[in-house]
Amino acid sequence: MELALFVIFGAVAVASALMVITNRNAVISALFLILTFFCLAGLYVMLNAQFIAALQIIVYAGAIMVLFLFVNMMLRTGKEGKRGYRLIFQKSIGVIFVVILLVLLGSVALSVVVTGMRGPYTTEAVRHIGNTQAFAWVLFTDYLYPFEIISVLLLAGIIGAVVLAKKKR
Amino acid sequence: MVPLSYYLLLSAVLFSIGVIGVLIRRNVLIIFMSIELMLNAVNLSFVAFSRFLESLEGQVFVFLVMAVAAAEVAVGLAIIICIFRNKATVNVDEINLMKG
Repeated sequence: MELALFVIFGAVAVASALMVITNRNAVISALFLILTFFCLAGLYVMLNAQFIAALQIIVYAGAIMVLFLFVNMMLRTGKEGKRGYRLIFQKSIGVIFVVILLVLLGSVALSVVVTGMRGPYTTEAVRHIGNTQAFAWVLFTDYLYPFEIISVLLLAGIIGAVVLAKKKR
Repeated sequence: MVPLSYYLLLSAVLFSIGVIGVLIRRNVLIIFMSIELMLNAVNLSFVAFSRFLESLEGQVFVFLVMAVAAAEVAVGLAIIICIFRNKATVNVDEINLMKG
């Protein structure tokens, strides 16, 4: 049952990821990317990371992709043109090198053995206290400073976006 | 339970698709989306390791990656809007001012 769900989510995620990079229209690519994010959220739920799954849908599929779609529709980019400088054989050489990369990554992924030190959060423990509460406990104790620094980074991102996109007078 | 290798393999496949997208596409928005795809592939392996090592640090890292990705998208799309305003194109082959 779990394997079947994994295969369904994984297959849909890979298929829609392929549609993202092969589609000519950037708006349709963005919609397929949202489908990929939903499949990944399903996989996160299967991995007992319900809070991350909710964040995936709210932040990625919600906020970030809405921004993408908004810019896409605002710029009216249309179809990809054939103009400009083009490298010869760029696509075929790129695909060959990526296949080599995939073979390397895949061989590592298939041979991996988990030997690291195990933490206290077994499936039962997380189910007992709740994923969100356990996550918040780790985030607001051990990782409080990274959390604060992230807020400064987001502030810098907001100001940078406004300054860059503002019309020059 | 689905073994860890399957999750890592799926993550590797999604990452490779993202790399292909960056290498072969000319539309800067689709290149940007491929980068998001690669970030998500790495997030999947973070969460998988977090599950199989019975530790929540991986999920904290995913949280931080999401925050960085949100900031990156906001700034990156602002830069793309700027470039489009000046050159009226999103084709990376035509955005070659720094080529020399």
